[in-house]
Amino acid sequence: MDTLKGLLESLVRGLGNGSVYALLALGFVIIYKATRVISFAQPAFMICGAVAVSHLAGVTGFYAAVLISVAGVAALALAVERAAIRPMVGRPVFVVAIITLGVDVVLRVIVNGFIGRDVRQVGDPWGFRTVHLAGIGVQQRHLAMLAAAVVVLLAVFAFFRHTRYGLAMRAAAYDQEAALAQGVSVGMVFALSWALAGGLAAIAGTFVGTGQGVDQLTWIIALKALPAIILGGLDSLGGAVAGGLAVGVAESLVQAYQQQLAPWLGQNFAVVSPYVVMLVVLLVRPYGLFGTREVERV
Amino acid sequence: MLAVRNLEVVYDDVMLVLRGVSLDVPAGSVVALLGANGAGKTTLLRAISGLLGVHDGEVTKGEVTIDGEPVHALRPAAIVRRGVSQVMEGRRVLAELTVEENLRVGGHTRPREIAANLERVFALFPVLAERRHGVAGYLSGGEQQMLALGRALMASPRYLLLDEPSLGLAPALVRRIRDLIAEINRQGVTVLLVEQNARMALSIASHGYVLETGRVVMDKPAGELLRDEDIREFYLGLGAEGADRSFRDVKHYKRRKRWLS
Ligand SMILES: Nc1ncnc2c1ncn2[C@@H]1O[C@H](COP(=O)(O)OP(=O)(O)O)[C@@H](O)[C@H]1O
Ligand SMILES: [Mg+2]
Repeated sequence: MDTLKGLLESLVRGLGNGSVYALLALGFVIIYKATRVISFAQPAFMICGAVAVSHLAGVTGFYAAVLISVAGVAALALAVERAAIRPMVGRPVFVVAIITLGVDVVLRVIVNGFIGRDVRQVGDPWGFRTVHLAGIGVQQRHLAMLAAAVVVLLAVFAFFRHTRYGLAMRAAAYDQEAALAQGVSVGMVFALSWALAGGLAAIAGTFVGTGQGVDQLTWIIALKALPAIILGGLDSLGGAVAGGLAVGVAESLVQAYQQQLAPWLGQNFAVVSPYVVMLVVLLVRPYGLFGTREVERV
Repeated sequence: MLAVRNLEVVYDDVMLVLRGVSLDVPAGSVVALLGANGAGKTTLLRAISGLLGVHDGEVTKGEVTIDGEPVHALRPAAIVRRGVSQVMEGRRVLAELTVEENLRVGGHTRPREIAANLERVFALFPVLAERRHGVAGYLSGGEQQMLALGRALMASPRYLLLDEPSLGLAPALVRRIRDLIAEINRQGVTVLLVEQNARMALSIASHGYVLETGRVVMDKPAGELLRDEDIREFYLGLGAEGADRSFRDVKHYKRRKRWLS
């Protein structure tokens, strides 16, 4: 009984953290699908979102702060795309990826000024408080992460399925010239993809900061989205979500059980476990779990 | 009227592909543009619809006008909004999207008219209504061509540029597509029809142009072109040898070039 309880508790923690990775991973994939570039600026947008909330929450309250922060970071991402990325269209994707890395570093240096030496609390209503559901103790913030991610993901998927701009983005991702021929502006698609990814990163950052707060090293958490997207298949939105959750759960299970089951793997194996899972999956499925080659007529 | 004047197009800053092409597509007509592979037909359509940039191509001379207004410096989206839509060679349906999603993308520039245009397209192509929620990649070649046509119509175009709609289709389907193009034209859409299947194109066009290595080498009413000896021989496979050859198979060096001199 106790072992089952422990397992369920780790699962909930894993899904909570995993839903944050899923939001980040989704941002990577959205930008990748639109521009064929992996944007390494996501960690900076994540931190900007969390720090903005930490400064605003005291003034506007937590929830309003999240909304303002998401809008602000989306606008920031839009500006970055316009100023630094758009002029590079047509350059090799490697060059553009390096530029996003530069953007990341610059933004983080600036935002570090707003973090300071210590940990900043984001002012969330949950802290580390736990609730007991059917005898299982889970942190409220993990439930909040999961719930928020479900709502956000449903909204994102509805956007891509039903709205004019969502369809335009999918069209451009599949065949840029065909989309242009329909009157879709590819510049608009690039801009929207960055804004969406920025907004998603801001939400993720806020949830990363719940309970533990943010400091100058928190950005590293965003890198966990990388094994998540490789796992899910770089070009699959659903895969990003599945990959993010898988990484969260794998990490949490390793944290809970590895010391007992495989102590020889050392103290911090949980940190690298996402990469191990990624490698194993890639050996079996080179396109990731959900990566597509192409839909073709048989 | 859609008019092309003395158009020169260069790819990659060096490859001169169109060498002073002029052509008129009067409102309400179907005009055929014939020519072998590599003649520059697709390039001409790209120049009209603003898609040269994607291919590192550029208009270096001349102009394209719609009802007197120059458009060759506009972006593709602006040209679509002015009422010019292109159906690209090879259909280029969005294979991962459903039929309806493809059509909605076609209506991107006319969001208010989507419902009405969907109705119009489904009336023209009932098979698309049946397959509405099916993935476009699983349609047959003929159905994909209909989807490509329907998608272009979703933008409420006044001018429709068609790039080899008969390519790769069986003869019965070619006739279907031809009749559908004629019907679309009757509904008031002006058509510039690029084809290698000259018989099909000239049977619905009022006027035809023949393009060869970037130049218009012949320009006549469709009826006269159908009777022209060179056209008969090289485009319709009715030459002295009598073999029923497709123009696609004819080697350049075999062709007579009387019209060049
Ligand atoms: N993107 C491109 N870059 C360089 N040359 C091109 C490009 N597209 C076409 N060409 C060249 O331009 C010429 C005309 O091509 P195209 O317009 O496709 O002819 P058609 O449609 O009549 O077969 C060909 O010689 C072709 O090789
Ligand atoms: Mg062509």
